[in-house]
Amino acid sequence: MSRPISPRSAPPEPGPPEQAPLRRTLPRVPDRFAVAGVVLLALITLAALLAPWLAPYPEDHLDPVNALRPPSAEHWLGTDEVGRDVLSRILYGAQTSLLIAAAVLGASSVVGVTLGVVAGYAGGWLRDVIMRITDVFLAFPALLLSVALAVVLHPSVATVIVAIAVTWWPWYTRLAASTAASVATRPYVDAARCLGVPAPLIVLRHVLPNSLTPVLVQLSLDAGGVILTAAALSYLGLGAQDPTAEWGLMVQLGQSRFTTNWWLAAFPGLAILLTAFACNVLGEGLRNALDPRRTVR
Amino acid sequence: MTRYLTRRLGQALLVVAGVVALTFVIMRLVPGDPAVAYAGPRASEEQLAEARRRFGLDEPVYVQLWTYLRDLLSGDWGTSLHTRRPVLDDLYLAFPASLELVGAALAVAVVAGVPAGVLAARYKTKFPDFSVRVTSMLAVSVPVFWLALALQTVLASGLGWFPVAGEYDSRLDVTSPLTLWTNITVVDALITGNWPILTSTLHHLVLPALVVAAYPAGVIAQLTRATLIEEASQDHARLERALGFGETAILTRFALRPALGPVLSLIALVFAYSLVNAFLVEAVFNWPGLGRYAAESIRSLDTPAIAGVTLLVAVVYVLANLVVDLLQAVVDPRVRAR
Repeated sequence: MSRPISPRSAPPEPGPPEQAPLRRTLPRVPDRFAVAGVVLLALITLAALLAPWLAPYPEDHLDPVNALRPPSAEHWLGTDEVGRDVLSRILYGAQTSLLIAAAVLGASSVVGVTLGVVAGYAGGWLRDVIMRITDVFLAFPALLLSVALAVVLHPSVATVIVAIAVTWWPWYTRLAASTAASVATRPYVDAARCLGVPAPLIVLRHVLPNSLTPVLVQLSLDAGGVILTAAALSYLGLGAQDPTAEWGLMVQLGQSRFTTNWWLAAFPGLAILLTAFACNVLGEGLRNALDPRRTVR
Repeated sequence: MTRYLTRRLGQALLVVAGVVALTFVIMRLVPGDPAVAYAGPRASEEQLAEARRRFGLDEPVYVQLWTYLRDLLSGDWGTSLHTRRPVLDDLYLAFPASLELVGAALAVAVVAGVPAGVLAARYKTKFPDFSVRVTSMLAVSVPVFWLALALQTVLASGLGWFPVAGEYDSRLDVTSPLTLWTNITVVDALITGNWPILTSTLHHLVLPALVVAAYPAGVIAQLTRATLIEEASQDHARLERALGFGETAILTRFALRPALGPVLSLIALVFAYSLVNAFLVEAVFNWPGLGRYAAESIRSLDTPAIAGVTLLVAVVYVLANLVVDLLQAVVDPRVRAR
């Protein structure tokens, strides 16, 4: 799946309006909608971290006698075909999903921002070369690239992380390049250059820190998309394999029993929906708060 | 304008060339010998060598890349290993079905998303706005494969309101066979006046199109809302308010038109995304489009077919972006200067 498109469409190559650092522009009265997203995401993160204590049963606790039981007092969300507790597996699945999201966003933003800041500061042919490379990766359908990689690397959680990260970084390169290009024309950068500060140090000390805000906002907007893409890959059987608790995989395993044992696929799907929703709401709230033109709330 | 056009076209060609090279590299990485896949597991040494010669696998890599590029340009996209037909012919059958699905979905998305955005902007911070924001956010956050499964189970298998799978009732192929012109079933049925197939296809189209429409409808509603609220705070809106126009009239008569520009370019951008999203939905509803073709090709490690689908989707993406940029350049002269 290609990266979901945010309503403001793809970042343009030339510089966006300058954005002030986070703490100076956060509004005093926070958006209630965004706050709801923060709370929801915090709850999900807590559930993931505390899964070993919260889960009523161990992740892979087999109980064939109680297989395929509907939701009840002992098993709030029912059990699967080998008697594993669905609620416990969903709680452990939160670990997998959040881990994938963090790893993908971390890796692709490090690669993307590094290339982007270099391209934006250097300009000229170097910028052109880097930009054309990002164009190629952007045009390449991410789902198909992931499929190819998953076939080469054999399906696992790590494969999903690599596959999505490979198709995700160009967005941060574009974004960072456009901001870095406008930062590079600032007087303080000129001043540093006149003082004879070497270019790598200028990039590291001045251009990089001042180009990060838009990337941070974009990262929060993208978390939901990464979780959805990872779930889709696992659903296709290209990601986590059975004993691992993963929501997309749980939907896939439960889909043939949807008519008779609906809870197998319904609840993991709901978990994906809620997590992606929380990330998207939080991301939108952050973007609204940081964009001075968006006074709408 | 001409200079901008040539530069932009040149860039697009460069990107397509890059995608071709990347596809070539990935196809070489995929394990499994295409010669073995073609000749079968019990092929003799001679048959294998023959298959290798046939696919040019005994040549050096750069020669293979060059041959690959030359063949692509001359319309030879290779032979599918599992259908044993030219890949381009297969794509020519599968792509229109996906186009039909995505086209219907985008139509639904516009019809649902734009009014929802107007409603939200009109009653900003009130209950309608809140419900549109929540619904549109849910629509962009829902996993498509799960929504497809849920709707299929409840509305098709359970209540029987819609057919479970397929593009139209296959019995109609006997009673009222369809003459193919464009390979887009709805269009062909319409021009040849084949009403049974037309109604059957539309009926089959409802659920998959709704699922694919969820994401674009959500983003269109969000963008319409945001741009309308911005427009309503402009000077022209203040003038209209002073002239005695009501808020609804200002939004629908004056603000909507400039707000539709960004929505149009969003549709073009969302098109390629929806095409890939449709892959997952096609698998659930057994829709005979690119997604099902890709899934079959992946299962049989059919490298020429996978490469074909990849290239086609990439070209569609590049074209969609090109169209957006050119339209923006026509509308806004500042874009050309960049």
